[in-house]
Amino acid sequence: MTKVSMTVNGKTVSGEVEGRTLLVNFLRDDLHLTGTHVGCDTSQCGACVVHVNGEAVKACTMFAAEADGAEVATIEGMANSDGSLNTIQQAFQDYHGLQCGFCTPGMVMSAAALLKENPKPSEAEVRDYLEGNICRCTGYHNIVRAIMAASGQDVPAVAAE
Amino acid sequence: MPKDHGIGASTKRREDLRFLTGVGNYTDDINIHGQAYVYFLRSDVAHATINGIDTSAAETMPGVVRIFTGKDFEGVGGLPCGWQVTDKHGQPMKEPAHPVIAQGKIRHVGEIVAAVVADSLDMARDAAEAIVLDLAELPAVVDMKAAVQPGATKVHDDLDDNLCYDWGFVEENKAATDKAFEEAAHVTTLELINNRLVANPMEPRVAVGDYSKANDESTLYTTSQNPHVIRLLMGAFVLGIPEHKLRVVAPDVGGGFGTKIFHYAEEAFCTFAARQLRRAVKWTSSRSEAFMSDAHGRDHVTKIELALDADNNFTAVRTETYANMGAYLSTFAPSVPTWLHGTLMAGNYKTPLVYVNVKAVFTNTVPVDAYRGAGRPEATFQLERVIDKAARELGVDPIKLRRQNFITTFPYATPVAVEYDTGDYHATMDKMEELMDLPGFEARRKASEAKGKLRGLGINCFIEACGIAPSNLVGQLGARAGLYESATVRVNATGSISVMTGSHSHGQGHETAFPQVIAEMLGIPEDMIDIVHGDTANTPMGMGTYGSRSIAVGGSAMVRATEKIINKAKKIASHLLEASEGDIELKDGQFTVAGTDKSIAWGDVTLAAYVPHNYPLEDLEPGLEETAFYDPSNFTYPAGAYACEVELDPETGHVSIEKFVSADDFGNVINPMIVEGQVHGGIAQGIGQALLENCSYDENGQLLSASYMDYAMPRADIIPNLDSYIVDHSCQTPCTHNPLGVKGCGEAGAIGSPPTVINAIVDALQSGGHKVDHIDMPATPGRVWAAMQG
Ligand code: FES
Ligand code: FES
Repeated sequence: MTKVSMTVNGKTVSGEVEGRTLLVNFLRDDLHLTGTHVGCDTSQCGACVVHVNGEAVKACTMFAAEADGAEVATIEGMANSDGSLNTIQQAFQDYHGLQCGFCTPGMVMSAAALLKENPKPSEAEVRDYLEGNICRCTGYHNIVRAIMAASGQDVPAVAAE
Repeated sequence: MPKDHGIGASTKRREDLRFLTGVGNYTDDINIHGQAYVYFLRSDVAHATINGIDTSAAETMPGVVRIFTGKDFEGVGGLPCGWQVTDKHGQPMKEPAHPVIAQGKIRHVGEIVAAVVADSLDMARDAAEAIVLDLAELPAVVDMKAAVQPGATKVHDDLDDNLCYDWGFVEENKAATDKAFEEAAHVTTLELINNRLVANPMEPRVAVGDYSKANDESTLYTTSQNPHVIRLLMGAFVLGIPEHKLRVVAPDVGGGFGTKIFHYAEEAFCTFAARQLRRAVKWTSSRSEAFMSDAHGRDHVTKIELALDADNNFTAVRTETYANMGAYLSTFAPSVPTWLHGTLMAGNYKTPLVYVNVKAVFTNTVPVDAYRGAGRPEATFQLERVIDKAARELGVDPIKLRRQNFITTFPYATPVAVEYDTGDYHATMDKMEELMDLPGFEARRKASEAKGKLRGLGINCFIEACGIAPSNLVGQLGARAGLYESATVRVNATGSISVMTGSHSHGQGHETAFPQVIAEMLGIPEDMIDIVHGDTANTPMGMGTYGSRSIAVGGSAMVRATEKIINKAKKIASHLLEASEGDIELKDGQFTVAGTDKSIAWGDVTLAAYVPHNYPLEDLEPGLEETAFYDPSNFTYPAGAYACEVELDPETGHVSIEKFVSADDFGNVINPMIVEGQVHGGIAQGIGQALLENCSYDENGQLLSASYMDYAMPRADIIPNLDSYIVDHSCQTPCTHNPLGVKGCGEAGAIGSPPTVINAIVDALQSGGHKVDHIDMPATPGRVWAAMQG
């Protein structure tokens, strides 16, 4: 067991982990931050995406020990300081970019990383960036719309009537 | 002006707030103090005799609590099958035992051979590696047609052969159908495969079993679409726990698509082990485990024939299908290729004669059961593919051929035992044509050709039977369950409402859409109404969510219960207003006496119900809470017309979908935003089936596609662009037999889209001079390219 400490959503946390403990398990099991999900074991679904030192990272592909000393952000830390949904979260609700909600934390974290590096992505760039995030419910259409809208670009309103 | 609340409004989903902030409560988020973890040792061979399992070394490993094998389950019931199909000779299907843990024999890769319970999951996994299996491997049967040959290896030694049933429907129509084929002016024949799929909800299955000695009660937390069904099946048939001592909770569930309907071994195991060990036991499926333990979907091999007269009227349809059951019968498996498939073989057409033959076959593969659409996608795919082929053979326009044969008068009794209550297939076809801009197609094709690409147009119609289902009818057809739904509407003293529904949301948005209905009926704000679901301890017995039944059956139960509430509330109001009951009207949350200005607010009436000081206690009980069970009198029949355009690269065989339009008739719509989302999701799964997804086995029964490395899931880039993709539901013929006039929308996209895509690919190939009649799904670049080479 080794001791790790890191900043998660602005708070300093620490814990004892085995060498094989994944960051996602440390977040879920030790810190009880269960918003970050596990949807696969081959690093392909993106349900586990968090930010480590500002970069989108699949928390299932990183050992907790590797995040020692890092700044980690998870879905639980994304809302505005008054608790209201941030722009991306609000767009996901407004454009119905989620159904069961299981892929959603990873989608929101990926979208945030995309918009940070590319504030006005084209539709093709959004689709391309989401290569590592699988959603089985929404068929992506409304997720793409939500991200375009969150970037301040025009998208038709939600339902035809 | 779009509505901003009540029925027809695109109310934003309230459940999103917790999902978007990471505070949803999924089963894997549940941890019980002191829980142990189970790791299932699963077979990596498809077929073997178990000569021995040596757990002695594993038992001494750190943290191991106990190791269970098939022996521990000898006195325990097997997993039950919920539907008995009767074959064409009147004999019941073959129904082999389905053990929780393999007993003496292994019958598919992924079958549980032993279960290690330990203090941590890592410890359990480590110990499982120390278990020594002594297996005698047997030849595996994988191919369905080979499996039913005389002398084939048997999956179940105690059965005569691998044929579960040979079903003929409608058997009395067979001779007339055969005769129609003899007399036909033209017959089109097509052999095709409906590829095996894995549902892949993003949340893998999880089960947490708990036991309370204090009241001898077991609790199972599970990723289920229907907790009451699990309680009944597991309690009554597997573990012998009466309902009042068994609670099943399905909290937030991360997608289901059918595969979370069924009662699985892992649920029974965790509940059983928790009772034995007096300690909670948790299992979380990995994605790799999910591929080999979640029930698979589809997997039909079909020959379909369509007979036409000299005027191109359809005169008969005849099919022969082999349907894979896998190694055991999953909960509803036998119903999928029969009653959910054969009954839809008339499609949208007035074909007078239909005969469907289905041979259900056991193989050494994972059990196959319902997956989004369940039987209806298979029916639609065959029928719409063969119609498309017929149009090409006859040189007629595929839209015209379909229109000419449409059913146009309703109600319409099909030759396959169902009665369509209402519909307007020309209207959805008109809508599709308008939105698709068909006159512009030739120009778009030329533009594609100028880039060296081929462009194809695919047309498709579909009908489905939803709102599952009339209990007395399905009982006659072999169902061992009723298919009603329930709702309790509990009005609180200050007028807020809790609705306990037996229906279940795993993404559909019940918590938002159901209150819209009650808000409309009572004229109160939606946020005064909350939906409670997913826990057998606080909801009435209900059958859960699948078969696009939530709003059509669950919503109807809620309407009936609310009607009872309104009746009683009017009685209370009439007392308080000193008016006769017949004069009381409810509007905008106010009870008024007709023709007067006397009124009383909703909240004052509800308060009187619970503080009954001025109250007709001699005639009326206090309180305001009503329950209704709604059993539909018929299925609902959503239908639609779909079209897409594909661009095909002849150099590589790569296909991209350039334009997609769906024109659906769902009857009345409660929340258009949610409905469109359901269609988007269904279409993405259908596009996945058509272009990418394939669950494949080798001839030894090895599962070749057991992770996202080799099972291709649709991703954002395969879906048509925002400006080339329209899902429309403006054609609405309300269902005639449920109180909301709704039909259900959950499965339509997955049913309508696969043939649309394949029809378009064949059209593209033909436009390039390739005489290709059919291409099996998934139409991967390799397959398309090979087809082009002849
Ligand atoms: S759980 Fe990390 S990519 Fe799937
Ligand atoms: S919303 Fe269910 S997987 Fe994306």
